[in-house]
Amino acid sequence: MKILVTAKRVEDPESKIKVKADGSGIVQEGLKYKINPFDEIAVEEGLRLAAKHGGEVVVVSIGPKEVQEQLRHALAMGATKAVWVNHGGALDPMSAAGLLKAVLEREKPDLAILGKQSIDDDQNQTGQYLAEWLGWSQATFASKVESLESDAEKAKTPAIHIAADGKSAQVVREVDNGLTTLSVKLPAIVTSDLRLNLPRYASLPGIMKAKNKPIEELTPAALGVDASPQIQVVKLSAPPPRKAGVKVGDVQELFTKLKNEAKVI
Amino acid sequence: MERSGVEALYRLDDALSAEERAVRDAVARVVDGEVLPVIGRHFREGTFPAQLIPRLGELGVLGANLTGYGCAGVSNVAYGLGLQELERGDSGLRSFASVQGSLVMYPIHAWGSEEQKQRFLPAMAGGTCIGCFGLTEPEAGSDPGSMRTRAVRDGEGWVLDGSKAWITNGTVADVAVVWAKTDDGGPDSVRGFLVEKGMTGFAAREIPGKLSLRASWTAELSFTEVRVPARNVLPGVQGLRGPLSCLNNARAGIAFAVTGAAIACFEAAQAYAAQRRQFDRPIGSFQLTQEKLADMLERIVQAQLLGLRLLRLKDEGKASPVMVSLAKRANVRSALEVARSARTILGANGITDDFPPLRHALNLESVLTYEGTHEVHTLVLGKAITGIDAFG
Ligand SMILES: Cc1cc2nc3c(=O)[nH]c(=O)nc-3n(C[C@H](O)[C@H](O)[C@H](O)COP(=O)(O)OP(=O)(O)OC[C@H]3O[C@@H](n4cnc5c(N)ncnc54)[C@H](O)[C@@H]3O)c2cc1C
Repeated sequence: MKILVTAKRVEDPESKIKVKADGSGIVQEGLKYKINPFDEIAVEEGLRLAAKHGGEVVVVSIGPKEVQEQLRHALAMGATKAVWVNHGGALDPMSAAGLLKAVLEREKPDLAILGKQSIDDDQNQTGQYLAEWLGWSQATFASKVESLESDAEKAKTPAIHIAADGKSAQVVREVDNGLTTLSVKLPAIVTSDLRLNLPRYASLPGIMKAKNKPIEELTPAALGVDASPQIQVVKLSAPPPRKAGVKVGDVQELFTKLKNEAKVI
Repeated sequence: MERSGVEALYRLDDALSAEERAVRDAVARVVDGEVLPVIGRHFREGTFPAQLIPRLGELGVLGANLTGYGCAGVSNVAYGLGLQELERGDSGLRSFASVQGSLVMYPIHAWGSEEQKQRFLPAMAGGTCIGCFGLTEPEAGSDPGSMRTRAVRDGEGWVLDGSKAWITNGTVADVAVVWAKTDDGGPDSVRGFLVEKGMTGFAAREIPGKLSLRASWTAELSFTEVRVPARNVLPGVQGLRGPLSCLNNARAGIAFAVTGAAIACFEAAQAYAAQRRQFDRPIGSFQLTQEKLADMLERIVQAQLLGLRLLRLKDEGKASPVMVSLAKRANVRSALEVARSARTILGANGITDDFPPLRHALNLESVLTYEGTHEVHTLVLGKAITGIDAFG
């Protein structure tokens, strides 16, 4: 089977993010970038499914030439080939979904796994648009059954289970009060939640093999897609700085402060 | 300045290829997630974090600069960056990798028979077979030419007698590359023997009482009439050139790697200076503290630039032993100075194993001595500069 996964380039969550003084964006100088963590989980799930059922994992990223680093990362983890949509402009969920739709129509995967959202602007919409526009079934927030004891038990009940005939998949998804299990017809769009799996580390031999794996370059024009965004970011503002804490001498003082100053007890 | 800050100042990332950065980041991730949380305890208890060996194997960092036989085939720069990250965790972990890769896998790769390569290299790259390197003896340290361990022909094979001291990984090794004199006993008669665990007459004993590299195995090896079959002799090398090439190879990596320890110490001192208050202000606001931090950063940047140049030259096949001596000598000394200085910024907390500086400073005392002592490298440079040999 053929599985398509996404690898968006986002700011490293461990970098210190500063908003520009005029609120027009963030300061990019000195920032580190990495693959969106939800996408890394999608890549991992794709690799596990491909290992189990045979087949290949194709990874897609949209952005300027730097996104090839994230594609190489997914290739180093074990993806078979990459598609790079070379696009320098701003993106919103609709323009990303529009480009991905065109890529999916070319690649014709049996299943596409996307991160449920990207940690830069937390929109949580791309997978949903994509499924709607393709007319495919969708299962968002795919997640692992956490209560199972051992890794072996967990492996027996994967969150995404492909039916023997390859025509449908069962997906466990995380909802507010627990888990639901959906059965979706393939091809389908699945989005990954945080607890779906723990992505493998890229190994050094994997990094070297990735150098020789193909990255196909496409452009919005070649895909016939108008990628101009419909949403414009008007202003960014940083959260107010946190006030410094105070040290208390003993438990009694802590109680007094919680009671009289914080008024929480 | 955050983690990336040390390297960002001189845009070091711009001098690295995408794979080199990827290798560094892949190793850093394992160190951050699995080494830093446990290493203080291992140092305190004097144990090697053996649970990490399979992880190093999976990661493919062991012998990663070699090609074929299950090795990753990364550049020497990428390999050095990986070692730097291991050293940022602990020099004991990095020493494990240096011995395995540069001192055991390298000679098998360079001078081993095809059968030896197939038998050992893939398993060693995967971390399922552990190696050690036996050159130093109780009576032969800086002067390995005076070694006493002897191998005498016995039909097709050899019989080995003697002892080795200060052998990293010695107590757990599945295979020891042991250098011994043969025939007439001259320095040119030295050959490399692959002594395997379980061979009759081969014993290893852990050396107790170390105050440095506590999270590392260091052993004394003894050989009493050990019968080594002909297929376990390295066919491709004879003379001291063998062990010295291994050391030269390892030293280049170490010269780069030690900045990892310095970075860990600098970061600890920087964070502490920002948060610790005395005389109503952060200690980082005192000019004396700032001078220490400025000196530390300067040494780290200098060491990285020198190390990077050395490994680039090594990748181009142009690194000479004199270059390696200069870089090993300079960078280990710098790292040690950074560690000691960081220790003072942390005050009393600095003498505990809750913080990295003293652990690194103690470790670096070994690094100053092994792989050619600081003094021996001075003599190598002195000879290169003046043309006069001051060794003996
Ligand atoms: C933790 C640790 C791990 C080690 N691991 C290994 C290993 O895996 N395999 C291995 O083979 N060895 C290993 N060694 C041994 C190491 O390589 C030796 O300690 C080193 O070569 C120095 O030898 P020595 O200790 O006998 O000191 P010596 O050679 O006795 O030197 C003592 C002092 O005299 C100085 N000195 C000696 N000769 C001269 C000279 N001509 N001029 C000026 N000064 C001189 C030295 O610089 C030093 O300061 C390890 C050592 C340590 C501490």
